Amino acid sequence: MTHFIYYLFATVAVLSAALCIVQRNPVNAALWLVSTMFSLAAIYVLLDAHFIAAIQVLVYAGAVMVLFLFVIMLLNLGHARSDIRGPFSIAATVVITGLLGAELLALVRYTPARLAAEVSQAASLSDPSVVFAAGEVTRQEAAAHGVIGVVAAPMFQVYLIPFEIASLLLLAAIVGAVVLAKRKV
Amino acid sequence: MFLGPSLGLSAILFSLGVAGVLLRRNAIVLFMCIELMLNAVNLTFVALGQLYGANAYVMVFFVMTVAAAEAVVGLAIILGVFRHRQSVDLQNINLLQG
Repeated sequence: MTHFIYYLFATVAVLSAALCIVQRNPVNAALWLVSTMFSLAAIYVLLDAHFIAAIQVLVYAGAVMVLFLFVIMLLNLGHARSDIRGPFSIAATVVITGLLGAELLALVRYTPARLAAEVSQAASLSDPSVVFAAGEVTRQEAAAHGVIGVVAAPMFQVYLIPFEIASLLLLAAIVGAVVLAKRKV
Repeated sequence: MFLGPSLGLSAILFSLGVAGVLLRRNAIVLFMCIELMLNAVNLTFVALGQLYGANAYVMVFFVMTVAAAEAVVGLAIILGVFRHRQSVDLQNINLLQG
């Protein structure tokens, strides 16, 4: 059953992404992208990342995409003519994307056991739970500390400085957006 | 669980994002394709996070922060360009060309 749900949402994500990049109307493209992000949130839940799934829906499908839709409607781009490049560019895109996709798709063959063997440089496939101490422990920690506690503990202990830098980055983005978007003083 | 399929799905989504960037001339759709690529990377982090532990989730959090900041600044730039050119078509935006 879990497999069926996983592959259902994976199919929806891929189809929505494909529709997103060929839709002529930017509003339609944005809505298909929202569909992709929702499917990814469902997949995050199946991968035991509940907090990330909630953040995905709130930040990506909510805030970022609403920002995109606001700008599209502000600029009144709803009925733009086709902006897809010419036949030469389409051929180049197919070739480049095909090569890149084929290269990346080799990752499908990775299993936890193989990853553990490569990381530990053991000759044979080894037990992932030995190499990756966290392994299944993530799920047990989530049961013990809650799904937010699992993320919050490393963020405010190990990654405290990067967290503060991220807040500075957001401040800079806010100031930059205001300066860029306002008319002449 | 689902490590291989997740990495494959993220590969497909990333390739689609690259295809969108190469295929479209609309600057806003271009930004959406960049968001799509960032989402694909996030999926990789979450899939590997099952093995490496919750540190991967922190990385996803930072990627989301950067993506939000990038979207805000990028859209502000698009607004500014639109005011000058009345268009978001990248063919018309050659201001920096020598």
